[in-house]
Amino acid sequence: MSQIEVRNLTKKYGAVTALNDVSMTIGENRIYGLLGRNGAGKSTLLNLITNRIFPTSGEVLIDGEPVLENDRALGKVYCMSEQPLYSDSMTVRNVLGWTSEFYPDMDTEYALVLADRFKLNIRKRLKALSTGYSSIYKIIVALSCNAPVLLLDEPVLGLDANFRDLFYRELIARYSERPSTIVVSTHLIEEAADVIEHVFIIKDGRVILDDTTQNVLEAGCTVTGPAALVDAYTAGYKVLGSDILGGIKSAYLLGTVDASAAPAGVEVSRMKLQSLFIHLTNA
Amino acid sequence: MGTVFGPDVPIFLQIADMIESAIMSGALAEGDQAPSTTEISVRYKINPATALKGITKLADDGVLYKKRGLGMFVAGGARKKILEKRQSLFYEKYIQPLMLEAKKLELSYEQLCEMLRRGYKP
Repeated sequence: MSQIEVRNLTKKYGAVTALNDVSMTIGENRIYGLLGRNGAGKSTLLNLITNRIFPTSGEVLIDGEPVLENDRALGKVYCMSEQPLYSDSMTVRNVLGWTSEFYPDMDTEYALVLADRFKLNIRKRLKALSTGYSSIYKIIVALSCNAPVLLLDEPVLGLDANFRDLFYRELIARYSERPSTIVVSTHLIEEAADVIEHVFIIKDGRVILDDTTQNVLEAGCTVTGPAALVDAYTAGYKVLGSDILGGIKSAYLLGTVDASAAPAGVEVSRMKLQSLFIHLTNA
Repeated sequence: MGTVFGPDVPIFLQIADMIESAIMSGALAEGDQAPSTTEISVRYKINPATALKGITKLADDGVLYKKRGLGMFVAGGARKKILEKRQSLFYEKYIQPLMLEAKKLELSYEQLCEMLRRGYKP
């Protein structure tokens, strides 16, 4: 049960602004999606939240306390990311042992059950693990550490379809049984779309969208039909992008059109989160 | 994953619809325990809040009822309720689009009736 407050966070690397005045509230016991293209600033944000790097300005509060060098606040958060936290000569079993030192609520028994389900040999050294299994051991630590806040930066990196499926099932089962605040950052949006309750989209270091998944999905639509009719019908709307094939045009727009007023031959349909994301971040 | 549900109807309504279909087909009989929010959300990989919304809608409609500490159960008369609702939606959901398509294809009223007769086997 923990909440994160990000206030006017800016991170500059020399002349490059990786994160530009970002503010957001990550509320208790919900599942959030943090979406953005490569280099948008997602990992920078997660690293700032967990005090792995320092902000140029702004601050992060966990349950009202600044995270800066604050072990008590940081102990509430587990951040899974591509960067390894441990020496690669350690075995997975060592990692589980160390994690339980830092996260006293860790459920090691459950970690072993998960290792079995994911067919992970815990006697293996980290350096001997494939990309997929590197993600898997981190997933297992994240799901079993029982931190009130989980930040998962591309948790399904290198996982095959079966294990991605298993990951989302385990994540939901765990969350149902023991609610926690979860932020999932992923490029495989379609697979996460039904799981996340609230969406943040980051583009060029700024948050361009911060809303519930349901509102986001209701905010956009696709209008398809003969190009001239579609153009006339969508005039005045904010068209994010379009495709044309054999005289039939699909326009992707923000806003709600009156589907019942569409001329014959023109169809209005909803957009999936992934297409909306693509059109919002293409421009 | 993102393949079970279409984008045009909110997922919670699609969940409610699936459970109603299970009741209509007899897979879930009146008095049976309905699947739990956790079972639904894990099975379809959806947020538990979404699954709960679907279940709550069915409870509001009187299709499911809550047994304290046990879960949700299919209410007596649920099947009849769903049947009546689906019958009343039949015109809007099936006949109207059928007519639109028939007009596009320049089918006459007589041709349509003939097809209905051919397809209708009581």
